[in-house]
Amino acid sequence: MDLSLIDWSRAQFALTAMFHWLFVPLTLGLGLIMAIYETIYVRTGDEKWKKLTKFWMKLFGVNFAIGVATGIILEFEFGTNWSNYSYFVGDIFGAPLAIEGILAFFLEATFIGVMYFGWEKFGKRFHLASTWLAVIGATLSAWWILVANAWMQYPAGMDFNPDTARNELTDFMAVAFSPVAINKIFHTVTSSWVLGAAFVVGICGWYLLKRRELEFSRRSIKVAAIVGIVGVLLAAHTGHGSAQKVAKHQPMKLAAMEGLYRGGSQADLVAIGVLRPDKQYDDEKDPFLFKIDVPLKGFLSWVSFGSADAFVPGINDIIEGGYPMHDGSTALSFDERVERGKTAQQALRDYRKAMKENDEASKIANKTLLDENMNHFGYGFLKDAKESIPPVGITFYSFHIMVLLGMYFIAFFVIIWFFNHKDMLSKMRWIQFIAVVSIPLAYITSEAGWVIAEVGRQPWTIQDVLPASYSVSNIPTASVKTTFFVFLAVFTALFIAEIKIMLRAIKNGPSYDEN
Amino acid sequence: MDYTFLQNYWWFLISLLGALLVFLMFVQGGQSLVYSVGKEDSEFKLLLGSLARKWEWTFTTLVTFGGAFFASFPLFYSTSFGGAYWVWMIILFSFIVQAVSFEFIYKKNNLLGNATYKFFLFYNGLIAPIFIGVAVSTFFFGAEFVVDKSNIANIGNPVISQWTTAWHGIEAVWGGTTTFHLWNLVLGLAVFFLVRMLGALYFINNIAHEKISERSRRQVLINGVAFLLLFVPYLVKLLVKDGWTEQADGTITVVAYKYLHSLLNNWLLILILLIGVAGVLYGFVCGALCLTSRRGIWFAGIGVVLVVLVLLMLAGIDGSAYYPSLTDANSSLTVHNSSSSMFTLKTMSIVSLIIPFVFAYIWAVWRKMDK
Repeated sequence: MDLSLIDWSRAQFALTAMFHWLFVPLTLGLGLIMAIYETIYVRTGDEKWKKLTKFWMKLFGVNFAIGVATGIILEFEFGTNWSNYSYFVGDIFGAPLAIEGILAFFLEATFIGVMYFGWEKFGKRFHLASTWLAVIGATLSAWWILVANAWMQYPAGMDFNPDTARNELTDFMAVAFSPVAINKIFHTVTSSWVLGAAFVVGICGWYLLKRRELEFSRRSIKVAAIVGIVGVLLAAHTGHGSAQKVAKHQPMKLAAMEGLYRGGSQADLVAIGVLRPDKQYDDEKDPFLFKIDVPLKGFLSWVSFGSADAFVPGINDIIEGGYPMHDGSTALSFDERVERGKTAQQALRDYRKAMKENDEASKIANKTLLDENMNHFGYGFLKDAKESIPPVGITFYSFHIMVLLGMYFIAFFVIIWFFNHKDMLSKMRWIQFIAVVSIPLAYITSEAGWVIAEVGRQPWTIQDVLPASYSVSNIPTASVKTTFFVFLAVFTALFIAEIKIMLRAIKNGPSYDEN
Repeated sequence: MDYTFLQNYWWFLISLLGALLVFLMFVQGGQSLVYSVGKEDSEFKLLLGSLARKWEWTFTTLVTFGGAFFASFPLFYSTSFGGAYWVWMIILFSFIVQAVSFEFIYKKNNLLGNATYKFFLFYNGLIAPIFIGVAVSTFFFGAEFVVDKSNIANIGNPVISQWTTAWHGIEAVWGGTTTFHLWNLVLGLAVFFLVRMLGALYFINNIAHEKISERSRRQVLINGVAFLLLFVPYLVKLLVKDGWTEQADGTITVVAYKYLHSLLNNWLLILILLIGVAGVLYGFVCGALCLTSRRGIWFAGIGVVLVVLVLLMLAGIDGSAYYPSLTDANSSLTVHNSSSSMFTLKTMSIVSLIIPFVFAYIWAVWRKMDK
């Protein structure tokens, strides 16, 4: 397969996914906050809460539209750019996407219409219910796409069928409620609340800096800061859960996240560090130019497996094998897995040949061989151990940026809530400035999380089952390059338009429509 | 529920979603009419404001159609989307610009200016129906591809579905080794004029404005006639043409008058088709000739759903290959050789029981919003 085609296909998917993820977390986070504002309005009857709700709803709408626009392309790109993948696992992967459409998208689309056009046509309570249903629809939509993504990280509930040469669903609940999926969903949704809260607090910070909309800002922050605190604490908790799932099911990703080449018991967690850019897995150079560990002995072991004495494998350990696994078995080396992967693939070829020749005995023998080695099927595609290592630098820095900013947001929201509660925020210009700066920081945190998840999973599209290089559609590289640049240009233009529209709406302020 | 029943049930659901999508593309039809029906800014705002309340349902139906097709017939998803790359990309691109345009068009400081977003809406209204019509027509006239599932373990050439022309979908419009593309274009244009007729009927129903109503009725007449002039020959051609059919041993051969036989073998489809045709014609007459009736959209809309449902059903039932391969007949896709596993279809069928409730709340909200 043409390497540049694989890289351009990856680049196009990464481009659309990262653009899409600029808008989705704000939909989830701001949606929740906006629904709480409207709930307060309905409960108190205070028109100021209605005005406040409508203002944030206006910004929500601008963001939602571009989220929808970038989202449609993602769904279809599985087919257009990753057609082998679509067939090989479509029996499992397609179902969450279809359920997303039936259960979530229609709910979202229908009630968002009521949210915007139904203020005069519906009663207060029905309108409020519609707002909540739209937010629930958006969250359910995220739920199902995250189920699909979690399955790519931790393929469960399936069996390989050599008759159809694909993986087939055998246990829907194992896919929909796998521990990896549940954790991923809560981590992603709660971290989106953090972004939504940072967005609201940041804009209010700008109003306070400009000494305007003081009452509006105080009220807005009152709710947003609490959502931010709840969101960031839950995100920290589920983030820990995520790390444990990664340690268990994707040890290579964890090793890349930590820049860990040689692991061991009582492994330490890096607090900050600078990686050596020319480090190769098979040289003896120190992977770090500089690093400071968290001053708790065996903290990485504890974070990963709940015990400071647990063995955390590094990149070299995973390639060489022989270390104790969490289930008590001994890890196979890369070479052993490649060998077993090739055995599985040969068994599949022989099985298909036996099918054509109606040779039942050969079918049975090859099916047994295939089943015994299927867990390593994907390794049969890899030629060099180096191919099994994700880009360490991107994964490492994204992880540490996300964690550090996550901790920053715990402190940020507590401080914001405290001073807002004491009604002192309007006089504290340095916090107002920090609030404004925190908006891009929230986006960086959110995008970094996805970079860890997706770049850290490389070279696999489905962990251990199918590498990206064998997932792509066989289309000319020039076609993918063309669509890449078209999407880049269009998404960039639309993103700039969105920012300009939002900035104008923010500058005009919540009273603009009435004026 | 046996496997064959589930495969046919999902083909029915895909056909139904496709039929609803064609009806809901009245939004695209309306967008393409904005310059013809609206003459001044206040009229543009009325037209776009009316469509702005409905566009998301069309968009969502398209996304659900894609997701459901992926889940139930993944081999089609991988073969067609990964092969006819340009057709699908052109369709998708037009929906990207549509989604933002309704929200951004009348916002201040929107970077590209109102005229650009209005053009984006027109562009989506022009491109999406034509290319979706072309794509649907390939269900009957075929495409150039081969499928070999064993290739997944072929290290040298691990491609399951392979397009055999370098045009990657463009050949469905401009031709390649065949002349079938002319019929694809006929259906593409027929869908374009059909959704314009529906769009005009929708304006008549939804906007109480004398001039808009008057211009819309003229558009119903023009586009309705154009639609009939294109669609009737297409339907006749379909009924007299050969079709690719799966035999008992799994091989696929060409059978004369395949779609006509499938239709004649199924009295229910004939009945639905006749009711659908009557609905479309009655809606057309209501819109074009009865100056007081505003209900044409409902008759024509229901009629369109029924006619498209029958057409799409015909593509896949009775052993027909719904995605014929012009390169290798045995690579053609049928509901039997391209569907998901029985377990997946069964699971999805349970989920599909919720669809009537989805229709119910959409209907209730639609009615209330339009009051």
